[in-house]
Parts: sequence; C-alpha cells; structure tokens
Amino acid sequence: MQPLLSVQNLRAHFATRDGVVRAVDGLSFDVCAGQTLAIVGESGCGKSVTSLSILRLLDEPPAKLAGDILFDGRNLIDLDEAAMRQLRGNQISMVFQEPMTSLNPLLTVGRQLAEPFVLHQGLGYAQARARAVEMLSLVGIALPEQRMREYPHQLSGGMCQRVMIAIAIACNPKILVADEPTTALDVTIQAQILDLMRGLQARIGSAIILITHDLGVVAEMAQRVVVMYAGRKVEDASVAEIFENPRHPYTRGLLGAIPKLGSSADESTLHRRLTEIRGAVPSLIAPQEGCSFAGRCPMVRDVCRRVAPALREVAAGHDSACHLAKELGPMQ
Amino acid sequence: MTPLLEVSDLVKYFPIIGGAFRRSREAVRAVDGLSFHVDRGETLSIVGESGCGKSTVGKAILRLTEPTSGDLRFDGKSYVAARGAEMKAIRRRLQVVFQDPYGSMNPRMRVRETIAEPLYNFGLTGSRLETTEKVRDLLVRVGLPADALTRFPHEFSGGQRQRLSIARALAPGADLIICDEAVSALDVSVKAQIVNLLSDLQQEIGVALLFISHDLAIVEHLTHRVAVMYLGKIVELADRRDLFRDARHPYTRALLSAVPAPRIKVRKERVILKGDVPSPVHPPSGCRFHTRCPLAFERCRTEEPLLRSVDDKHLSACHLD
Repeated sequence: MQPLLSVQNLRAHFATRDGVVRAVDGLSFDVCAGQTLAIVGESGCGKSVTSLSILRLLDEPPAKLAGDILFDGRNLIDLDEAAMRQLRGNQISMVFQEPMTSLNPLLTVGRQLAEPFVLHQGLGYAQARARAVEMLSLVGIALPEQRMREYPHQLSGGMCQRVMIAIAIACNPKILVADEPTTALDVTIQAQILDLMRGLQARIGSAIILITHDLGVVAEMAQRVVVMYAGRKVEDASVAEIFENPRHPYTRGLLGAIPKLGSSADESTLHRRLTEIRGAVPSLIAPQEGCSFAGRCPMVRDVCRRVAPALREVAAGHDSACHLAKELGPMQ
Repeated sequence: MTPLLEVSDLVKYFPIIGGAFRRSREAVRAVDGLSFHVDRGETLSIVGESGCGKSTVGKAILRLTEPTSGDLRFDGKSYVAARGAEMKAIRRRLQVVFQDPYGSMNPRMRVRETIAEPLYNFGLTGSRLETTEKVRDLLVRVGLPADALTRFPHEFSGGQRQRLSIARALAPGADLIICDEAVSALDVSVKAQIVNLLSDLQQEIGVALLFISHDLAIVEHLTHRVAVMYLGKIVELADRRDLFRDARHPYTRALLSAVPAPRIKVRKERVILKGDVPSPVHPPSGCRFHTRCPLAFERCRTEEPLLRSVDDKHLSACHLD
C-alpha cells in the first residue's frame, strides 16, 4: 500500500550552550491511511520531538531539521510557515498531552472549536458554530450548546481532551498525531477517550500516529509499532511481532519492566522482581560510538561498544537495530 | 496483636470559605469516614482515580493536614491529638515518600545533610564520623554509590532522587512508610527499579508500606491488601488475590477492566463508565457511585450501602452483594 506519510532520515538537532542535542537522529517510518502507528519509548527518546517535527511546530532555530517528511506529494521540511498553516488542523492535526493547558483559557470552547471551520473551510462564524456543536456531540459531550459558551477551566480533564480531539478532527484530517493523549487522564477516562479515537478513525479513516510510553495503550490501539531509543529507531514491526517476538533487548526490557494486571493469579509473584533496565538514558549531546543501548544492555558484547548496529530486516516486515537480533527468540 | 496503624472513621472536610463574613458554607468532603488498618511488615495499597481522596488520607495519617474527626492509632496508641514530643516520637516511625522527588528535597542541601537531617532531628546521631557512616550505609542500602554523599539533589536523575527520598524515610528507623504515588512520575524502566527496591526493603527490614497509587498493575504486583476509594469512601477492601481475581464492587470491576493490557489477543470484556467523577462538594445521594454504575437500581439512589464483609476479610459496599 502507498504510504500516506513517509518520514525519511529525519533529524532534529538543537543547538544549546553545552553542545548539539541530537533529539532525533535519522528516523524513518511510513504510515498508511486508516492505520495506527505507535511510537514508543521512555522520556527523552525523541518521540515528542518527532511529532512536533512532523507538524513543524519546533522553533527553528534553535531546532535544526533535516531529512524528508513526504506527504501528499510534498516535502513538509521545505514548506514555509504559510503553507504549513494551510495543512495544520486541516490535513494533519495534533492532540497534545496536557488537555488543560493546550486550550486557550481566554476563549470559549465554542470559539476555539469554530476556528478550524472558519480558517480552513471558509465558513462564517454562525455556520462554523453550528458545525462546532455537531462536533461536540460527536465526541460525546452532553449539553453541547451549553458547553460551547463555557471556558476550558469549567471542564474536566477528560472533557477538555474530548474538545481537543473535536478540534483536531474538525476538518477530517488525513493524519492525526496524538502525543500521549491519555497520559494525564484517569484509567476510566482513558478508556473512554481511546474508545472515542477508535470510533472516529473507523468513521473518517484517518491515519493515527500515536506517541506513548504505555505499552497497554499500544496493544489496544496500534497495528504497527516503532520503538525509539536515544533519538533513533531501534525496532519497527507489527504490534503482534513486538509483543510476541521482540528482536531488540530494549523492547524486551520495556516489556519485562511493566507488571501486568493478573499477576496475583500466582501467589508466588508477590515480591518477585521486575526486570530492570539498569542505568538511565544516555546523554544525547556526546556523539554515540557503538550502540546507544550498549551501556544498559544485558546482552552486550564487545562489538556493540565499537560498531553502531544498522537497522536490518530480521523477519518479514520486522526491522531491528541489534547485532544479536538473530539470537533472540520469542518472549515467554 | 495490635495493628501497626489503625484508622477509624477518618473524616477530612476542606471548608470552602467565601461570601459575606468569610463563612464556610460548604465543604469538599475529601475523606468521609474511612476505617482500615495496616499490619507490621505488610503493604496496604489505596487505589482510586484522581480526586477520590487517597492523597488526603495519607496526609491526614501523617497529620500534615489535621483530620476533621476520627481516630488514628499507631502501635495501639492514639495520636490524633498528640502534640510536641509525643507526636515527634510517632513521626520518627511514620515516614513518607512523595511523588515528586524534585520538589521534596532542599536543592541547597548536599545528600549527606539531606539524609542526616532526620537523624539530627530525632537525636539519633553520634559523632560526625558515625553519622556519615550511617548515611553511607543508607545510600548503599537503596542502591546509590557511597560517593553520592557530597553531591546535590540536582545532580541525580528522577529515579535516583526517589532512592534518596526512600533513604531519608528509612534513616530514623521508620516502621511505616507512606508512599504517595511514589513511582508514578518515573519512566517504565526506572519504575521497575524502585518497585523492586521497595519490595526488597520490605523483605529485608520488615518495613510496612501504605502505597497510594492509581496504577493498578503495580499495586497488584507488590501489595498484600488493597482498599479501593471512590469519592472519599472505601468501596472495597480485600486481599490482593481476592480483589484482583474476584472483585465484588462494580466500581472496582470497571476500574480493572479499564486498564489496557500490554499484551495482544486478550480482548477483555470492558465496562466503560459514563461521565466523570461527581463533585465531592455535593456527592450523590445514596451510593456515591450510582450516577456512573451500570448496575444501579432504585435503592442505590436513596440508601447508602455500608462497607460490610462479603467473605472472609473481603469487604464491599454495594447493595448487590
């Protein structure tokens, strides 16, 4: 299938006083229409910078972007701000992590929700308001007429996130980038929001790029998974392969480090140790020699410290950047 | 044997002050009649969504916020009205680790001073050298290098700082540590390290933990017993296995079913709750959960179900039980 969005060798470097931070360093992935791609990794691995780069929301400078972001026959890296504004909220839109702080506290919900219709579809405010009310009921907000007149602080976190999603999907975008959309929410509200996102995807057929650190959310939402570590892609596979047959020690570490609900089925699991990934994410300033995970990897060999492993296909549609990928069997 | 900590009918209301003469007209009923106990060397977890009052319970037990009413007993002795030296003696044994390790340490104190402060405070120090030695032992115990002594908190990562908080709580010889979302802000791999550390410490020195968290998978992994809170009340309290394998209260069931499982091919039956948690200023009449409960019937709207025993050591507050 022809990819809808193709990111090739994306680099996002930041000039700081201490040196150049290579937040994203040579990342490539494709997303197809109707598909959900999850980008997972811990804080500081570059996943949020990736999402901001796609929408060109980083200040340049200090950020410096390179590589290709191909969408609809154009390279987003080369577009100017005016052209990007035509795309943002229209063809590509974004849902941010902090619903309470991502809405403008000085404008009513209705005003903010009407904006994409006015900007991108040329509607007048009266028509746009009518569409906005429709959107609010679509995302499951009760009493939409009343909510239209309210300000974000009058809404709960879950409702703000629904409003954010309504704004993001107002113009039926081809791509929805969701950066930790449920991290700030309680589990019961998270379940509501994920359910809503799935329903909307089925309805408008958008591709979703889901940035998250929660592997539970990944299992529930994604078809494809990109695992990032220290600004690079270390593994890329279908969701089934990632969970059952991970071929990178970092992915395996992440999977082993999370306790799974249901552990009390076996009484002996109390006080059983979780798999730790020792140490912490390395600095992104110092140039990396060898594999960036070598310092924390339980399987590290001499070669890992000297030669950076290239991303290679280890099975059909399954890439891993590890010298030992072939030696890793299925997860128990 | 008397339990280590006994909480009876704990109530904490926060008055909303406003209007003419600054009268308090209403109150946020953060904690509304809680009773439970923690045994020596065990972990009791309190779970619930944000705003259910679980952090307030922790603060009220520490008397960082004064309970509105109710009784608190430590080692059989009531301390709800204790003052001065009496309260200080309890505090030595009742310590806390907060969620944000950045905010709970003085940035201008070196690690040695930070960890030694409780030792000085409770008069547990000997010579300067002995104190340093004690601090060094504590650092090693929580898995930090001994050369951390002379460094400042900002030189550590989030996980290491949480280790420092734990060392500081252990320093005066705590019997019970209240962990208020102690691992929630940490990354997956670091979270596992801290969970393992807490589990090791409990096995080695028998410290009891009151683990306040919203992360059900972590709770299931490390706890002996669990209390589930909703809008200031305990709705279910049971042993680990009973609660996670055989949850009785509809809220507990909904909460458990909402956790996304990090595995594929397990499509579980999901209960999606409608709406948000109601306001604790005007909690719903009858059962507080009836506005969101998929099983609610007439009686739930008018009569409040009491927390009662449904099985040996398994308590639930639901009319359907």
